[in-house]
Amino acid sequence: MAQAKAAIVGLGITEMGKVFGRSGTSLAIEAINLALEDAGLKKDDLDGLLINAGISNSIGLGLQNAGGFKGLRLLNHMNAAGSTACQMVQYASMAVQNGMANYVACVFADTPLAAPGASSGAAYGGAARAAAASGNGRPAGPPGWAGLNAHYGYFGVNIGYAMAARRHMAEFGTTSEQFGAIAVAERDWAVMNDRAQMRTPITIEDHQASRFIVEPLHLLDCCLVSNGAVAVIVTSVERAADAKASPAYVLAMAQGHPGDSRSAGDPHEVSTGAVIARETLYGQLGITAKDIDICELYDCYTYTVLVTLEDYGFCAKGEGGAFVEDGKLGPGGSLPTNTGGGELSAFYMWGMTPMSEGVIQARGGGGQRQVAKNDLVLVTGNGGILDYHASIILSPRPA
Amino acid sequence: MTTTTNRPIPTPDERSAEFFRAAKEGRLLIKRCSNCGRNLAPQREACDACTSEALEWAEASGRGVVYSFVVMHQVLHPSFKDEVPYNVALVELDEGPRIISNLVGVANSDIRVGARVEAVFEDLSEEVAVPKFRTVAAD
Ligand SMILES: [Zn+2]
Repeated sequence: MAQAKAAIVGLGITEMGKVFGRSGTSLAIEAINLALEDAGLKKDDLDGLLINAGISNSIGLGLQNAGGFKGLRLLNHMNAAGSTACQMVQYASMAVQNGMANYVACVFADTPLAAPGASSGAAYGGAARAAAASGNGRPAGPPGWAGLNAHYGYFGVNIGYAMAARRHMAEFGTTSEQFGAIAVAERDWAVMNDRAQMRTPITIEDHQASRFIVEPLHLLDCCLVSNGAVAVIVTSVERAADAKASPAYVLAMAQGHPGDSRSAGDPHEVSTGAVIARETLYGQLGITAKDIDICELYDCYTYTVLVTLEDYGFCAKGEGGAFVEDGKLGPGGSLPTNTGGGELSAFYMWGMTPMSEGVIQARGGGGQRQVAKNDLVLVTGNGGILDYHASIILSPRPA
Repeated sequence: MTTTTNRPIPTPDERSAEFFRAAKEGRLLIKRCSNCGRNLAPQREACDACTSEALEWAEASGRGVVYSFVVMHQVLHPSFKDEVPYNVALVELDEGPRIISNLVGVANSDIRVGARVEAVFEDLSEEVAVPKFRTVAAD
């Protein structure tokens, strides 16, 4: 097995969810400070900073000065949507491996929930943008192709994922109840995570009874909308040996960006970038899906978990529904997945949700929900409508 | 097919004017690569087979199948507040490209993936018409 490429030695998670009155910058600084404290490092030790803003775009390069991070040797503001968290850790790993920096903070912060009572659907739906572009709702649409989509009522990201989920259902016989099994398993994990926003157990019946957002997706198929920030500190394998806390080693890393020809024969709706990434990822370690102990998969919707499991080879293409319906993803199951409750039940910090839980599990810090066998933890990120994908494998051991 | 819609009416721009002009005449345009002949969605600026930017407009038959569809329950734009739940479909044209549209003349509960459809054109203004699709018997 290959030598680790880098290590994550610190994790910082702020309060999550209905956190009001704080800027993204403030939350990001707190997350970095928490991660430094966790790692036993001082601010001056930090010489790299990678920044990922969410939908509210509330942080940027100005975070450096706002947080007083001086004399950095590495700095960037990155955005590859939900795949960014894995990508930040990848680029940070390459930087520390190549001597460009010693300790790189990778931070995500978002404040899409503007105020109590504000619609989270609106925050992620682009309603404000669309309404502005059409003259406050009067029938004068935005120019060109955007106007065509607006006329058809194509707003927000939910539709794209619902379109993909429906295609999977039609092509392979996948059922809404099978999506529900994913929601139930994740909620069962969230019960054991005191950071989770949703901790009341649910059943398949609850899933089926929850209102439709965009058919075929029910409310309980969709991720939360959360304010908060998460940061991790990446360092070299050598430096990690001296870390205060146990490291989560980065054993393998990969990306896959399939593109969408929007044309006959393109499997875009029923496939992810994992098809490209998995060869690189598994190839670096000479493993297959059978060797993975824990999955932390990007779950903006239940469907992305199902299709990602297929694309990483845990089951054949089209068999994801049957694969997840027996409860194997939940506590006590044979493939513990999204063990903190994921984006569906814990909190939605884009790729930092699966990343943070992967770090917790690889370091053995999951408490009540800690999975006993944690040698290989798969962490994935997904962005666009299944357009962008990145993944890493974490382990308690450097090789 | 004429309607007084409450929905946003697209404004043709440089890249889409020809498409809307044709729609007004009841013709559905796609792009075709002048270099390799591949059919492309009307929005495309380059060929995904050969990367050529030499694309020309081509008339599609207007026939295809429902590749996927959703029924939208959220109101993310004020024009749609009385329209939910409404459908949005991804139609795969017989020529290959997949395009977003709406299905008309069919109850949302009767829409099926794989159903045969053909384009109909909805007049929105003096200048603008948009293609929508209605289900037809399988050929
Ligand atoms: Zn071509």
